[in-house]
Amino acid sequence: MRKTTFIQAINEAMRDEMRRDERVFLIGEDIGHYGGLFRVTRNLMEEFGERRVIDTPISEQGFMGMAVGAAMVGLRPIVELMYMDFFLVCADQIFNQAARMHYMTGGLLHVPMVIRGQQGGGKRYGSQHSASVESVFAQFPGIKVVAPATPYDAKGLLISAIRDDNPVLFLEHKMLYFTRGDMPDAEEEYTVPIGKADIKREGKDLTLATFSYNLLQALEAAEELKAEHGIDIEVVDLRSITPLDMETVLTSVAKTGRLLAVHESQANAGIGAEIVARAYEEAPYLLKAPARRLGMVPASIPVSKPLEEELLPWKKNIKAAVLEMLR
Amino acid sequence: MTEPSLKAGVPSAQAAVAEPTAVLATEQLIPMYRMMFLIRRVEESLLELAESGKIGGAMHTAIGHEGAAVGMAAALRKDDYLTCTYRGHHHSLARGMDPKRAICEVLGKAPGFAKGKGGSMHFLDPSLGLMGANGIVGAQVPHAAGMALASKIRGEDRIAITFFGDGALYQGLMHETFNMAQKWKLPVIFYCENNRYSEMTPIARTSSVSDIYQFVRAYGMESIQIDGNDVEVVYDAISKAAARARAGEGPTFIEGITYRLAGHMAGDLETYRTAEEIEMQRAYEPLTQLHQKLLDRGVSEEELNKIRAEVEEEVQEAVEFALAAPWPDIAEAYTDVYKV
Repeated sequence: MRKTTFIQAINEAMRDEMRRDERVFLIGEDIGHYGGLFRVTRNLMEEFGERRVIDTPISEQGFMGMAVGAAMVGLRPIVELMYMDFFLVCADQIFNQAARMHYMTGGLLHVPMVIRGQQGGGKRYGSQHSASVESVFAQFPGIKVVAPATPYDAKGLLISAIRDDNPVLFLEHKMLYFTRGDMPDAEEEYTVPIGKADIKREGKDLTLATFSYNLLQALEAAEELKAEHGIDIEVVDLRSITPLDMETVLTSVAKTGRLLAVHESQANAGIGAEIVARAYEEAPYLLKAPARRLGMVPASIPVSKPLEEELLPWKKNIKAAVLEMLR
Repeated sequence: MTEPSLKAGVPSAQAAVAEPTAVLATEQLIPMYRMMFLIRRVEESLLELAESGKIGGAMHTAIGHEGAAVGMAAALRKDDYLTCTYRGHHHSLARGMDPKRAICEVLGKAPGFAKGKGGSMHFLDPSLGLMGANGIVGAQVPHAAGMALASKIRGEDRIAITFFGDGALYQGLMHETFNMAQKWKLPVIFYCENNRYSEMTPIARTSSVSDIYQFVRAYGMESIQIDGNDVEVVYDAISKAAARARAGEGPTFIEGITYRLAGHMAGDLETYRTAEEIEMQRAYEPLTQLHQKLLDRGVSEEELNKIRAEVEEEVQEAVEFALAAPWPDIAEAYTDVYKV
C-alpha cells in the first residue's frame, strides 16, 4: 500500500494503458512538452513520443473531431480539455458526432474515446472556467459519464473508460488534484467498473448521494453532523453519472428512509433532480420524508471568494440541507 | 469581387487548372459511365419516391455532382477512408454500395445498411471504407483528418478523403482542421464540390473570397481548382493527390467546380435560380460530358443504350425490392445506443 495524489493516479492510468495498448494516444493543448496545464500528462511525451502524445493548436472543434475520426477507425484517443467549460466550443463533435455515431449507423461504427479534464469551482477562476458539466452530459444518450472522488477510483475508472468501446466523459474536479489517497502498489493492476456506486460512509438517518469533490465535502459534513447533532448519514459515492447506479442508492434509502442528492452542476433540471425523480418513480414507499436535491443555484460562478463559497453546494450548504430535512 | 463563372466546368481564369488530357482508356471509362448513370437513376427514383410521400425528412441528391464520386472511386484504393456531407449518395454508390440497401435505408426499411436508423444523410459502409456521411455541415472533415492521423500513428499507407460543399468552407472547424492537417502532413484529401450555392444562397452573396481553393494557400497547402464535371480530370487530380498523401507529402485541397441540377433537398422551391440557368448547365454536366467523350472515342450509341437499359432494370428492381422490404423490428428502436 502507498499513497498518491489524484493527479498521479490519472497519470498512471494513462501510462499503464499506453504501455499495454498501442491504440491509446493522447491529444490536447499543452499536454506534451509542457506536461499539461495541471501536470496530469507529465512525462508521457518523454515515454511515448510525439506520435502518441500530440500537442494541438487551440482548436477544440478540430482536434475533438479528429479524435472522433481516429476512434471511428479503431484507435483509442484520450482527449484532454484544459477546462471542461470548453466542451461548449466543440459540443457538436461530442454530442452529435461521438455520442450519436453508434446509433445512427445502426451499430456499424463505434467511438471508443475518453474526454477528460478538470472542472468545478473553488479556485476563483470565475464564470467560464469553473462550471460543472455532468448534468448537461447526462441528457445525452450514447456517452458515459464518470466522476471519481478518490485516487483509487480515479485510476480504476480511467482504465475502465479507456477500455470501454463507447465515448466516456471523465471528470476531474480541480479541488481533488492534490488530495492523496491509498493505492495498491504501482504494478498491481485493477479496474473500477463504470456504473457502480460505492458506499463511502455507512449511516442510518439519511442517504446522501453525491460524487467528485462533493463527496469529500459530504464526508466532512457527515462527521460534523454526527459530532454536533448526533445525526448519522450514509454517503453514497455514485462515481458514475451515466449509467446511474440507482440500485445502490435505493438499497441505502431502504435503510435510511431519506434521500438527499448533491452535486455542483445546476440543481435546476440537473442530475440530482433525476435521482430524486427516479426514487419517487421506482420506490416512493421507501421515503419517510420528501427527497431533496442540492446543487448550484441558477447563477454563474463568481470570482470573489465569499460569493463563490456562498453558492457552491459544499459543506456549509450540505449541513444546512440535512438539518432542514431532519428537523 | 467578381461573380464566379456560372458556366459549369470552366474554372475562373486565375485558377491552376489540371490539363484535361485523356488519362483513362475507353474500357476504363465504360464502367464509369455505367456507374454514373446508375447513380443518376437511383437519385431520380428517390426524388420520385419523395414526391409520392414515401420518404420523410431531408433528402439531398447529388444530381450533377456524379463526376466527383465516380472519378474518386477509380482513383483510390478500396481501403482508403472516405467521409462526406449529407449529400453523399453518389460517393457511396460509386464505392460499391448495393442500390437495394441504399434505397431501403432512405426509406427506413430493415435491409438498409444501418437498419433504417441513419437514412439519406448518414450513408456509410465501413467494409467499403465509407466511414459516414454527416448531417452537420463540415463535421465529417476533421473525422477524415483523424482517420489520416490514425494511419500515420499506425504507420499504414491508407489515406483519407473527405467531400464537402462550398458552404462548408465557412465553418470554423474546417480551418482548424486544414491547419493541423498541413502542419502534421496528414495523408488526407480535401475535396470541395463547389456547386456555387450554399443551400439556397449563391456563394457570392455571403463569401468574401471568390476562389475557394485559395483559402488553404494561407496554410501552405497544395491546392487546385478543377473541372469537377469531367471524370477524367477528377480521376487525375485525386490520383495525384493520393500519391502525394501516400508519399508523406501531406494533404491536398481540390476544388471541383460542379453544378447541382436538382434542388438543395427534395421539395426545394428553387426560387433562387432560373430554369434557363439550369438548362445552360445541362451541356456541361458530368453524364452528358462522359457520354459525348465516349461517342468521340468511337463507342457506339447502341452500346451505351444497352448499358442504360441494364441499369434501368437494376434500379427498377432495387426500388421494387425496397418498397416491398419489411420495416425494422420495433426492438431496434432501443438497440445501438451503447456498444456492449
